[in-house]
Amino acid sequence: MYDVVIIGGGPAGLSAALGAKKKGCGNILIIERSEKLGGILNQCIHNGFGLHTFKEELTGPEYAFRYIEMVEKEKIPFLLNTTVLSVSPHSVTYINEEEGVKTIDTKAIVLAMGCRERPRGALNIPGDRPAGIFSAGTAQYLTNIEGRMPGKRVVILGSGDIGLIMARRMEIEGAKVLAVVELMPYSSGLKRNIVQCLDDFSIPLLLSHTVTKIEGRKRVERITVSEVDEKRKPIPGTEITFDADTLLLSVGLLPENELSRKAGISMSTVTGGPVVDNNFQTDSDGIFACGNVLHVHDLVDYVSSEAEKAGENAALYALYDRKEEKKVIPISVFGLARYTVPEMIHEDTKEDTTIRFRVSNVKKDGKIVVRINGEEVISKKKRIMAPGEMETIIISKRILDKYDSIESMEVGTED
Amino acid sequence: MEKLELTCIGCPLGCQLLVEKEGLDIKVSGNTCLNGVKYAKEEVTAPKRILTQSVRVMEGEEKMCSVKTAAPIPKEKLLEAAHIIKQISVEAPIEIGDIIIHDIADTKVDVIATRRVRKKA
Repeated sequence: MYDVVIIGGGPAGLSAALGAKKKGCGNILIIERSEKLGGILNQCIHNGFGLHTFKEELTGPEYAFRYIEMVEKEKIPFLLNTTVLSVSPHSVTYINEEEGVKTIDTKAIVLAMGCRERPRGALNIPGDRPAGIFSAGTAQYLTNIEGRMPGKRVVILGSGDIGLIMARRMEIEGAKVLAVVELMPYSSGLKRNIVQCLDDFSIPLLLSHTVTKIEGRKRVERITVSEVDEKRKPIPGTEITFDADTLLLSVGLLPENELSRKAGISMSTVTGGPVVDNNFQTDSDGIFACGNVLHVHDLVDYVSSEAEKAGENAALYALYDRKEEKKVIPISVFGLARYTVPEMIHEDTKEDTTIRFRVSNVKKDGKIVVRINGEEVISKKKRIMAPGEMETIIISKRILDKYDSIESMEVGTED
Repeated sequence: MEKLELTCIGCPLGCQLLVEKEGLDIKVSGNTCLNGVKYAKEEVTAPKRILTQSVRVMEGEEKMCSVKTAAPIPKEKLLEAAHIIKQISVEAPIEIGDIIIHDIADTKVDVIATRRVRKKA
């Protein structure tokens, strides 16, 4: 019988394992589907990771390596090349070459499967179906891990961070990026990436544009883009055609929750991830969740700190048989806040609690406001809030100590 | 007088900065805070970037090893440096921090490995 089994060996899984170990858990197992620990960080060779966690700018592989070393030092066991087939409270079934299909018992489970890219099929782009169309992450894998170039003349649809990073990467390797095309009137990528990945290489960013035609028999030969109106409908007569051999798609990430759904865990319709309380426990007994499986983060540093907490709580649950009999209160949102993680808080919470959320629109000179039992307890001025940047607000122990019991909590934005 | 438009990368506000440069005299406008001035001055005098890339590995468990410049290098040297890095291959084993190329493109900056690659068994 394991204490804590962690599904996924990326940044969230590694951090959760270390959190569980810190709380004195002896019997932990990490299960990883691929042949290496570290997850997607291994192919993110650019720098900018770890500013919060390590106070320095690391590349993805370096950030992953630090966590892998800590996990190895703590002698936390892990299985590689192992796919989890199903989870249910207190049991995990997996498959690998050595053991075949095996079911193990565990007191607690941490879901840390991360997210996946939205594929072409989800976009309904008209036109031919030739070779040369890749998700940005696949192109990143081919370039950085396999050492193969996806193409020579590239159009990128979507200006999320992976798309921007790949635009620079293609140029550095000698390809020509003809344009980055964004459906929305603003980019969802970080400013820093727009400057250093596009402006540095004079790559045009076409806002309020989308791909309306892909031509080519065997390989992509031409890509046509059009401007869109306020309803995001293409405007006839605005077509621009590029002689491109490659289209990269960077059109959003979706939490990977096949296992969670199969286990019957309640899911949020906004984030696409499981609904959790402030211990990161789902509504399924002893099943916790953290990282991008919960909601897609901008920074791996936030994933690490959130996952550590989830691991700690999974350990407490496993070791002290911590039963959740106390009431949980749903956190409601207002203003531009679209959702919160956690979505629920225990009525007797008495420790610093971090709430993360995203806003639905750009807001200048606004405020983040938190109310408990109808009273405003936090009002924090924000110069700017944007859908592309996750907001974080910490409700301190000092504030929570004032309330014997939380009857209601609201988190949102005001003018 | 030289006029330049920049987007500040200091925070999500992304102020549009106007930089007016005459010799050593640099005027910045459009900024909301002092970080904007600092950023603009650096950008117009000596813009630098860290370059990250992958190099081919021989006899390794991996085909490629990721590398970076140990410090930021002048922006105009980026493509020249990238071209040099593209041409080379290294032999496993490689440890994080190993120097892959000394003094890339006369920048006095080394290119170092950012990942461990073990020798193929």
